[in-house]
Amino acid sequence: MDIVALLVILAVLCAVVALVSAPLRGRAVDRVRAESDDEIAELEARKEAKYREIRDAELDMRTGKLSQEDHRALDRQLRAEAVEILKALDDARG
Amino acid sequence: MATVGRALLILALAVALYGVAASVYGAVRGRDEWVASGRRSVYAIAALVTGSFAILEIAFLRSDFSFATVASHSSTTTPTFYKGAAAWSSQEGSLLLWLWLLSLWSSLVLFATRRQLRRVAPYATAVLLGFAAFFAALLVFKETPFELLAVVPAEGAGLNPLLRHPSMMIHPPMLYSGYTLFTIPFAFAIGALIARQVGAADWIRATRRFALGAWLFLGIGILLGARWSYAELGWGGYWAWDPVENASLLPWLTGTAFIHSIMIQEKRGMLKIWNVSLVLATGTLAILGTFLVRSGILDSIHAFGASTLGVPFVILIGVLIASSIGLVVLRRNELRSENRLDSLLSREAIFLLNNLVLVAMAFVVFWGTFWPLIAEALTGTRRALGPPWFDTYTVPLAIVLVLLSGIGPVIAWRRATVSNARRNFLLPALAAIAVGALLAVFGAATRPLALAMFVCGAFVVASVGQEFWRGVGVRRAMTGENALVALRSLVARNRRRYGGYLVHVGMALLFVGVAASTAFNDARDVRLAPGQSVRSGDYTFTYERATSHISTRGGDLEKISFGAVVDVSRDGRHVTTMRPERGYYPSRDVAGLGPVGRFFEGEATSEIGLDAGLRRDIWTAMTPDIRRLLPTIEEGDRVFSAAAGRLEPELEGQALGMALKGIVDKYLADRPEATFRVISSPLVTWIWIGSIVVFLGGLIALWPGPDAARRRVTARYAARVAEDLGRA
Repeated sequence: MDIVALLVILAVLCAVVALVSAPLRGRAVDRVRAESDDEIAELEARKEAKYREIRDAELDMRTGKLSQEDHRALDRQLRAEAVEILKALDDARG
Repeated sequence: MATVGRALLILALAVALYGVAASVYGAVRGRDEWVASGRRSVYAIAALVTGSFAILEIAFLRSDFSFATVASHSSTTTPTFYKGAAAWSSQEGSLLLWLWLLSLWSSLVLFATRRQLRRVAPYATAVLLGFAAFFAALLVFKETPFELLAVVPAEGAGLNPLLRHPSMMIHPPMLYSGYTLFTIPFAFAIGALIARQVGAADWIRATRRFALGAWLFLGIGILLGARWSYAELGWGGYWAWDPVENASLLPWLTGTAFIHSIMIQEKRGMLKIWNVSLVLATGTLAILGTFLVRSGILDSIHAFGASTLGVPFVILIGVLIASSIGLVVLRRNELRSENRLDSLLSREAIFLLNNLVLVAMAFVVFWGTFWPLIAEALTGTRRALGPPWFDTYTVPLAIVLVLLSGIGPVIAWRRATVSNARRNFLLPALAAIAVGALLAVFGAATRPLALAMFVCGAFVVASVGQEFWRGVGVRRAMTGENALVALRSLVARNRRRYGGYLVHVGMALLFVGVAASTAFNDARDVRLAPGQSVRSGDYTFTYERATSHISTRGGDLEKISFGAVVDVSRDGRHVTTMRPERGYYPSRDVAGLGPVGRFFEGEATSEIGLDAGLRRDIWTAMTPDIRRLLPTIEEGDRVFSAAAGRLEPELEGQALGMALKGIVDKYLADRPEATFRVISSPLVTWIWIGSIVVFLGGLIALWPGPDAARRRVTARYAARVAEDLGRA
């Protein structure tokens, strides 16, 4: 093995060790959300999905896939579900 | 450089193994620093493998034949563009490409989720690193791309001429991007199962785009392969149910099912077991697809031949299947549905049916692909199932699938009433019936399955067209925008919905193209002398005269081509002139071959004649009859063998060139016969147009929406929901 190749490999090894071990040396730890934040993120995801459902139902009504009557009932149900998610979000946020 | 390349791979393997341990330890002990260290291992692997891949690419571009893989898969006469891509024409190079893409996609998803998915991400990281460790180990211990030759040859064997086609160069990276991207939802599903978070919405949200990207890349890869087959292989088809083709189709089918059914989980909290099973099956099938190409276990024109990789892959696939089933069984309580299907007349029900059809297709393809092995195990004889067997089952399923892709867009979520369904189905159904009746009058009724596909395709185009029309109408009524602006805003605000609809139209066009070109093509194999003709469909193909020429590159002979000038006419009117050719590449293996004969003993490729149009393709390929040249070639071999060593190399080269020129001229003078394959096939171009529409639709669905717009919408709806809360 020639000396240049050896030096290159050693330099790469040092760089990899520095990169991978940085969090263990107390450096560059990405701030991972606390568990309660994870719960909030989950509820936010559910809320967004529910809002998307409400928007889809509205578009379905406007494009004639749902009658106004069906849409009213469905919309009421979806909004009630959204309210439950918002309540849970408020609780999670304390 | 080879030493550095190999060292980088060894380091990547070590870092992957460390990363698995660090991620699992961090997850179990709740130690964020170890989790972060595990995630950084993925970034480090991406950097290491990028370095390793760059070294291999440089070796190919510089034609460094001290690398065994460069010597066996490239040459100085290989065009530069193909030299760059020749790296993944080899077993070891393609494994390195797999690992490189895996490390890049893994880094991307883990960077994007670095502050989220606290409980799921560490296990997903460990799974992704496990895959990286597996492929790095194969590259270190089994198939190293950095093996050096003791004696460096002056010239390499060259890239297989069949692979010298632009789509074949992009095809593997696309296919592998699809395979590697499918490992991401697989890894996160495993993580979610271990962390008991499988019902959570955030891991699905975080990986959904990767699943869609995998689906899109794999689809593009499959279609590029089909295009290559049509343009390069000289048989006139684009799909042969070859095991390697099927292997790429399997994860695409289950992936298609997954990206539909995951919407039901997102919206309704239903089908959790089904979804997690689909994503696990898709990830496993992606590995199985790689295994089929690598192991040579099934006979295929695409496979890399027999190799020693079979056992490691079988072990990996066994581990994936066992752990997937074990985790799903262990977590069955968390996987219970939160809701039930409200109505059989709903989009959920259509999605469910679509899933069943897709999985049934996947099962048929799986069974047909692995039948040779099953038959061998049961009877001791290996028997393959041909295209007719596959067509028997997949054609009816594909018709149902296309029909469902037209019903889905015009049916509401949760429940649709009969009166609404009638209103939404009326126009598309009438359009489909009208198209069917018209085509039946023009003779399509002779092929009922094809006619059924045309009717279903028309239904899809009409139903999606109606959706766009109504959506634009609603938008215009709300905002007063002109039609084009309204269309743009409608799509921009509902990318997933309208992007998905476009995909449905593209698939319908593609299937219509497949149905028409399969049912109504007219293919003839004939032997013609100059001046003779053959009819195919409405076209007359006349073999006018023979052609021949010698191609050189960099002073070396690249290939000898024998071809034909073919005049195509319809009702006596000239339509086009085509020049199909058969190119003979010299064999690099000179042992046992004569100095002249070796120029006709290497790979041979077909350059097809193609006149493509929206209504029909006219296609031809030819195989020259070079038997009359054999005595001349043998004579040349005798003369040059006797003169070996007695002539100066330069003089010998000149004499050989003159001899080959003489053979080429003799071919023309003999007015040779040739065997032609002529095809007139309707609507083939719609397969490629449909593919482009699918690609555009997928891109729209994949494209992230503007954050600001999302915030505004969210805020507006939040206010409305909050208002309802106040009233309650």
